[in-house]
Amino acid sequence: MAIEKKNFSRRDFIKHTSMFAGGVVFVSLMNPMKVVYATKKPEGKGKWYGIAIDIEKCIGCANCARTCKIENDVHKEPFFFRNWVEQYTITNDDEILVSSPNGGIDGFEQPVPEEDIYKTFFVPKMCNHCAKSPCTQVCPVGASFESPEGVALVDQTYCIGCGYCVQACPYGCRYIDPEKGVVDKCTLCYHRLKDGLDPACMMACPTHARIYGDLNDKESEVSLFIKEHNCAVLKQQLNTVPKLYYNALSQEVH
Amino acid sequence: MPLQVKRLLLAFAVFIGIMLGLKYFLTPDSWREYGPYRGKALIEIADKVPKYVDMETCIMCHDSIGELKIQGLHKSIQCEICHGPGYLHVDEPEINKMKLPAGSEFCIQCHARNAARPDKIIKQVDAAEHSEGENCISCHNPHEPWL
Ligand code: HEC
Ligand code: HEC
Ligand code: HEC
Ligand code: HEC
Repeated sequence: MAIEKKNFSRRDFIKHTSMFAGGVVFVSLMNPMKVVYATKKPEGKGKWYGIAIDIEKCIGCANCARTCKIENDVHKEPFFFRNWVEQYTITNDDEILVSSPNGGIDGFEQPVPEEDIYKTFFVPKMCNHCAKSPCTQVCPVGASFESPEGVALVDQTYCIGCGYCVQACPYGCRYIDPEKGVVDKCTLCYHRLKDGLDPACMMACPTHARIYGDLNDKESEVSLFIKEHNCAVLKQQLNTVPKLYYNALSQEVH
Repeated sequence: MPLQVKRLLLAFAVFIGIMLGLKYFLTPDSWREYGPYRGKALIEIADKVPKYVDMETCIMCHDSIGELKIQGLHKSIQCEICHGPGYLHVDEPEINKMKLPAGSEFCIQCHARNAARPDKIIKQVDAAEHSEGENCISCHNPHEPWL
């Protein structure tokens, strides 16, 4: 059987392609293409968790990091963290020194003598529970997801340990559990939230530098804190829409 | 329709059929309950037992220390920061003892002098100079530092 050949004229070609292109435009107008995210901020009353950290109140005791490790059975060594504290020291020569010995758990030393310090402060870090989290979008098996309350979680029975999300997170908040071979990360102590308890790190803070709560409720402590203080998020330019707000964040922090 | 296209279509149909079959058997039940993930995972994650109970629970039995602490400057510090997680102790206090922190090393987590520590939030001391080798708790009561 021979293949039937048909010669198209230029007019036909243009007609067909423009019909096709017009069709595509028409369909996309009918149903505008939406970006697909795992979760959207719930409308109405649903909870939408956010966090605020007051750098002016942080004393760098790292009890947040300690309690987190105990509460969530995070490996002590080699060093993995769901949250940790960094000490920033900016010298008079504009040098920026960042240290975090064992995530702050071993205590901090000031590397430069006091007269050479321009400014110095602690920055506690943890998962930002982004609204457009890059880590959940790259997961090939749907094991990394964001709960309806806006908490980024990992389904460890489905995780294949490919480590793609570990690379995708711009804040370095994920790690591969050396024993289970799957990804682990901050869950905002999801198991504690369900029991009505505060997440371990929030509970542990002696100066109440860490606040969490429902961003949907404009009267919640965290919403009021963000309203009353000049808060900033980390790496805003990446459009990950972090829900961790820092008060008094210096521009040197990344 | 040319023969090779028919064959190709048949191959495609078989392939799609297999994929649909696989999808049917391999997709977990609770998939897409809330979104493109296993809804049951939320329950599994929430199932974990909390290790830190809260201060109110401790105070139910240790009311004298609770009252003391509420008055002092250490009122904002949870018992379990110093004594370790209490979920076992709360059920069987005689069998599962809490940790009794030794003092000095432990106090300087928060009170050691460091320029990064805001002065107006916490008072700081040079541990060695201030305590002269003595244990912090021989002069300060950990539950109410000025007692
Ligand atoms: C059900 C009541 C109860 C609750 C709740 C409770 N305790 Fe106790 N606790 C006891 C009893 C009884 C003892 C004395 C045990 C003994 O000496 O054998 C004790 C002893 C202790 C001791 C001293 C241990 C020692 O070796 O001397 C500490 C510290 C302590 N509790 C801390 C806590 C903390 C922190 C909490 C909150 C997480 C807590 N307890 C909650 C009943 C309780
Ligand atoms: C700042 C850290 C700190 C906090 C917070 C703290 N403790 Fe203690 N606690 C200590 C230390 C240190 C000792 C050991 C005292 C000693 O050896 O004499 C101790 C001893 C105890 C003891 C046994 C000794 C005694 O006096 O009978 C009990 C019981 C106890 N704590 C209960 C509590 C409870 C309940 C809370 C919360 C309301 C609490 N502690 C909060 C540091 C702390
Ligand atoms: C988890 C951090 C933490 C630990 C551990 C801790 N403290 Fe404190 N301490 C604080 C905070 C917060 C305050 C309140 C400061 C304020 O409100 O001015 C405070 C206040 C004090 C004060 C009163 C200072 C003043 O303002 O007059 C003394 C004294 C003190 N602590 C001694 C100790 C001793 C002794 C220990 C060891 C048993 C200890 N602290 C352990 C956080 C801590
Ligand atoms: C020999 C008894 C003694 C010992 C041991 C001791 N202190 Fe004190 N501490 C005092 C006295 C007295 C004051 C109040 C006078 C002052 O400000 O120096 C004080 C004050 C403080 C203050 C408040 C300082 C301020 O600027 O108001 C802190 C914080 C403190 N001590 C922490 C500690 C810590 C931490 C240790 C253990 C490393 C410790 N103390 C050991 C007696 C002691």
